Amino acid sequence: MRLNLVLASVALLALGSAAGVQAQSTPASQDQPIEVDIDQGVLKAFPIAVLGFEGQNGPEIGAVIRGDLRRSGYFEPLDPASFIETGLQLQNQPTASQWTSIGAQAVLYGAVTPRPDGRTDVGFRLYDPYRQCQLVAYRFTATADQWRRIAHKIADMVYNRMTGETGLFDSRVLFVAESGTGLNRVSRLAISDQDGYSPVFLAGGGDEIIMSPRFSLNDPNEVTYVALGRDYSRIYLMNLATGRRESLGEFDGQVLAPRFSNDGTKLAFSIIRNGNTDVYVMDLRTRQLARLTTDPGIDTSPSFSPDGQRLVFNSDRSGTPRLYVMNIDGSNQRLISRGGGGYTSPAWSPRGDLIAFTKQGGGQFATGVMATDGTGERILSRSYFEEGPAWAPNGRYLMFSRQSRGGDQRLWTVDLSGRVVATAGYEGRAIDAAWSPLLDPTPASAARDADSCSS
Amino acid sequence: MNTRSLSRLALVGAVMVGVAACTPRPAPQGAVDNSAGGGQTNNPQYDNGARGNGVEGGALGSSAPGSAQDFSINVGDRIYFDLDSSEVRPEARPRLDAQAAWLTRYPQVTVRIEGNADERGTREYNIALGARRAEAVRSYLISRGVPAGRIDTISFGKERPIAQGSNEDAWARNRNAHTAIVSGAGQ
Repeated sequence: MRLNLVLASVALLALGSAAGVQAQSTPASQDQPIEVDIDQGVLKAFPIAVLGFEGQNGPEIGAVIRGDLRRSGYFEPLDPASFIETGLQLQNQPTASQWTSIGAQAVLYGAVTPRPDGRTDVGFRLYDPYRQCQLVAYRFTATADQWRRIAHKIADMVYNRMTGETGLFDSRVLFVAESGTGLNRVSRLAISDQDGYSPVFLAGGGDEIIMSPRFSLNDPNEVTYVALGRDYSRIYLMNLATGRRESLGEFDGQVLAPRFSNDGTKLAFSIIRNGNTDVYVMDLRTRQLARLTTDPGIDTSPSFSPDGQRLVFNSDRSGTPRLYVMNIDGSNQRLISRGGGGYTSPAWSPRGDLIAFTKQGGGQFATGVMATDGTGERILSRSYFEEGPAWAPNGRYLMFSRQSRGGDQRLWTVDLSGRVVATAGYEGRAIDAAWSPLLDPTPASAARDADSCSS
Repeated sequence: MNTRSLSRLALVGAVMVGVAACTPRPAPQGAVDNSAGGGQTNNPQYDNGARGNGVEGGALGSSAPGSAQDFSINVGDRIYFDLDSSEVRPEARPRLDAQAAWLTRYPQVTVRIEGNADERGTREYNIALGARRAEAVRSYLISRGVPAGRIDTISFGKERPIAQGSNEDAWARNRNAHTAIVSGAGQ
């Protein structure tokens, strides 16, 4: 099953929206590609059977993988209670008829086995019971307590094998967790696994407002954020592994909106002087500061292109907030957004091909994408209030925060088709999400067991 | 009638209602009937606590001239803005003039103008919008003779609202600039 067929099989999950359509699974005819009529908009997710693995934490590994694949919107993990064949060992092949009879188009099974050195091997196979061939197999080795990381890595390999896209599951999200009442908000910097597991508070909780957390895509242990106190504002750089934290400096003006360049060497941000907000870039090695915008309008929310040669930013120099692109030295500032309404919060995709944004108009807020020259604008999600799109590491999903009228803010995700809108893993009150790169690169094809299926 | 006159009328109306709410009401009926010509009297034992029976009073205090409370209560420390605007409205000028006069009268006082925005916008852009509002107030006070070095600014964007609610009234109240006393004012 290649990329185009799987992407064409996306179901309308929309877990939080009014139209809660359940994906149906029906057995496909053997060796036939799935017939999909995109025009009718009735699409199906890919039915996959994910067994609980054998061995220590095995069932939990299966559950984490099912959660990841389900949330992607492209897979429908079948209910393990419907499985006929159980207890598959790694050295065995699945009995094809017992999987095709329940409509599983792929079977994922594996085992955790202890090693003499005290670590564990976690091996898995992904098998196509219709064509009766092995799609992908691999073995990870780590201490037993890393089983969650390995589950996410396996989900990434399955996702990659079936869609052709790089994965997104072995990653973390940074966000601002809110508590307290509307007028007495408490703001904390938090980090969790991409599925919301194990949130940890890193800063805040006192009188400071935490804003704009970001990862360095070069090193997910390097993060930045803004602390807005009663009479000060600071941009912090923090290393999550060492705990080292430093203020970026004193800038004779309020600071906001920090972003790393993809290679981690520069930080773009805004400084406010005499009421005027402009974009600056600092070289983190030399600490040299360059001012990039000088017009009297608001210029903020900069975002680097992946190659570090350009920035997209938000400016209201025309009277309305719009998106502009400029070179890294501030030259050639040009308008790219084309529609009416206010465009803010731009984010350049890690793939370089798209710019995400928040658009405001007609009493509603929307999350959308456009090409880097402003063409092809598409709205992916719309509601009473949403803001702050953050790209998944594979450039195929956006995480943003949404608030219903008078309600709390929550994190949501949407895929690039706009059809898969779901609440994010973390279920608490949260805003201002940032998504890390994959914590490790996915094992290359050459390193895996031979793929015996033809496509 | 334009919006400004309507809102002025509404403001006057609100004040009148507020005043009316403060007029003393007749004392509530007690469980025992104390009235002169009323029904049976049962030697009522009901001490109304008259003649200052343990309750004392005095001036509120701390609105001493030159104090922070004097500023916030007698002068007014907050002005409001139109949607998407950082322009000081004509009706806000008398209050800012009074702030400038007060700051001139107490030259040791320093202030920080806090700019705020309503919730109908994104976080970072609203910080920038609030900064414009703070600067508009700062410029106005400077133009009225307050030395620039005594006025600091900060923007809270939509992060520190004073009014809760997702309605026009709350949003209008949150589009404001607050002049906070930093130092030099008496208690």
